[in-house]
Amino acid sequence: MKRIYTIEDACIGCHLCEVGCITEHSLSKDPVKAFLHEPERPISRCTVEELHGGIISLSTTCRHCDEPDCLRACISGAIQKNAEGIVRIDTEQCVGCWSCVMACPYGAIQRNLKKKKANKCDLCPDRQSPACVDACPNRALVYREGSQK
Amino acid sequence: MNYVIVGNSVAAVGAIRAIRERDQQGNITVISRERHNVYGRPLISYLLGGLINEKRMAYLPNEFYLQNRINLLLESEVVAVDTAAKKIKLAAGDAIPYDKLLLATGGDPFIPPIEGMSDKDRIFTFTTWEDAAKLKGIAPDISRAVVIGGGLIGLKAAEGLNLLDKPVSVVELADRVLSSAFDRPAGKIVARKMKANGIDVITEDTIVRIEGDGADISGVTLKSGDFIPCDTVVVAIGVRPAAAFLKGSDIEVNRGIVVDATMQTSKKDVYAAGDVTEAADFFSGQKNPMPIWPDAYIQGDIAGAAMAGEKKEYVGGLAMNSIEFFKVSTISMGVTNPKEPTEYEIHTYQDIQNYQYRKVVLQNNRLVGAVLVGNVDRAGIFSGLIREKIDVTPFRESLLTPDFGFLNLSRDIRDRLFAPQGKVTDNGHTERAAGH
Repeated sequence: MKRIYTIEDACIGCHLCEVGCITEHSLSKDPVKAFLHEPERPISRCTVEELHGGIISLSTTCRHCDEPDCLRACISGAIQKNAEGIVRIDTEQCVGCWSCVMACPYGAIQRNLKKKKANKCDLCPDRQSPACVDACPNRALVYREGSQK
Repeated sequence: MNYVIVGNSVAAVGAIRAIRERDQQGNITVISRERHNVYGRPLISYLLGGLINEKRMAYLPNEFYLQNRINLLLESEVVAVDTAAKKIKLAAGDAIPYDKLLLATGGDPFIPPIEGMSDKDRIFTFTTWEDAAKLKGIAPDISRAVVIGGGLIGLKAAEGLNLLDKPVSVVELADRVLSSAFDRPAGKIVARKMKANGIDVITEDTIVRIEGDGADISGVTLKSGDFIPCDTVVVAIGVRPAAAFLKGSDIEVNRGIVVDATMQTSKKDVYAAGDVTEAADFFSGQKNPMPIWPDAYIQGDIAGAAMAGEKKEYVGGLAMNSIEFFKVSTISMGVTNPKEPTEYEIHTYQDIQNYQYRKVVLQNNRLVGAVLVGNVDRAGIFSGLIREKIDVTPFRESLLTPDFGFLNLSRDIRDRLFAPQGKVTDNGHTERAAGH
């Protein structure tokens, strides 16, 4: 299956992947509205890490593992893998116990504390390629066939 | 091929999926003494407290059984296993033949004998949906409840009752709550939060007598001599592998059903998974019952694969728990309270006032355990470091920093995790790393 990979040397720490992700998962899908006017701004499903004031940076996200640790740890059954191999969270079913946060070795599941729901990359089901990949100005994120690691 | 699975919780689900991935043809029979389809067992406290409704208890849609062509026998209890004839016997009298058998019966609550308990009505345990439903059913009549045991199950039962505005006291024998998963500061933070929410937490004491006339409870007397008036008692001291039905069989049972790395028991074609087993520990390799939800799934997966003819090996159980008490998140994993601290290196950060605490436990430069209270974000990176036995020497100092992440690790680890072979090629072209 296609997954998102990161070219660390090309990442400039601009956080536009996070902007793209938040916008895509907002109600309006418009960045200005999503960031300034929507009552509940989504939280980003990719995480840009920075070190030494941003000299090194890296965008990390869900690997959609073949044997997902998050799925195995989920106590409510909210995390499931579909036939295409995409791992998704059913937010209605999620109880916000954070077992997935405990189990994911990629640290790729976020806590939406306001909604008390776990949050993770869904590979943007409504798009050809994920919003973070399209938003990256430097092609530091690529979407292609490959293994989870 | 006839696959028979006794038990219908998460280990069974792991096994069903593993079998069906490899064998679409075989018959699968699942037998459960409960009346519900698979449900999120740890959710019973959410159900009790009214945080979720019954519909959300379902761990999987009902179609799961249909899609995987499962012959499901609910409310059926297995009373014996005959490994020579390859049959199991149900309480109703039927015998069911198997080619491959999985025992995934989970745990039974342990109820110690307490003076005065035998004829009382309102003594409950708290491990099944039924338990939660019963407790919820009588909740309007509860004036005060006492929970015996300050472990995970006891505290969650107490929290559930508290959410229903019921006065609750928790009595714990150890010097702190959650003594098996947590260390002192973490237990203290949780107890402090519970007390702030009106739950009475009593430690270093135990119940010696349940008082009252006839079936009614009037209160409990503690070892210290104190008396707590109450009308309901929840016994939550712990669970034990539910393996009593194997008495007289030739399947080896120690504290739990003994299994090898493929989850096979001492008898060929009989497997066991989940809380009923005594499987290897991740660190010591010693066999112990370890009632941990994700481990039950993994063991079920390995057993299912083996039953369908593929050998996978269990790398050992890693204790881990993620629990929230009154909105304070807590995660603990691995070795949290080493018995001989001198063999370990321990680093902590604490801000008890703000319910924040972090602890990492190292041994031979490897992370072997962690406790996180408050900010638990990205805790899983720690579980990955433990499982992969990564040498943390180069980034030891940054383990406790709030933004600890992959950039603290070495470049080759990052490249392995996020970009295979260090670079990604698409259609034969190397992606250009701009600016370099």
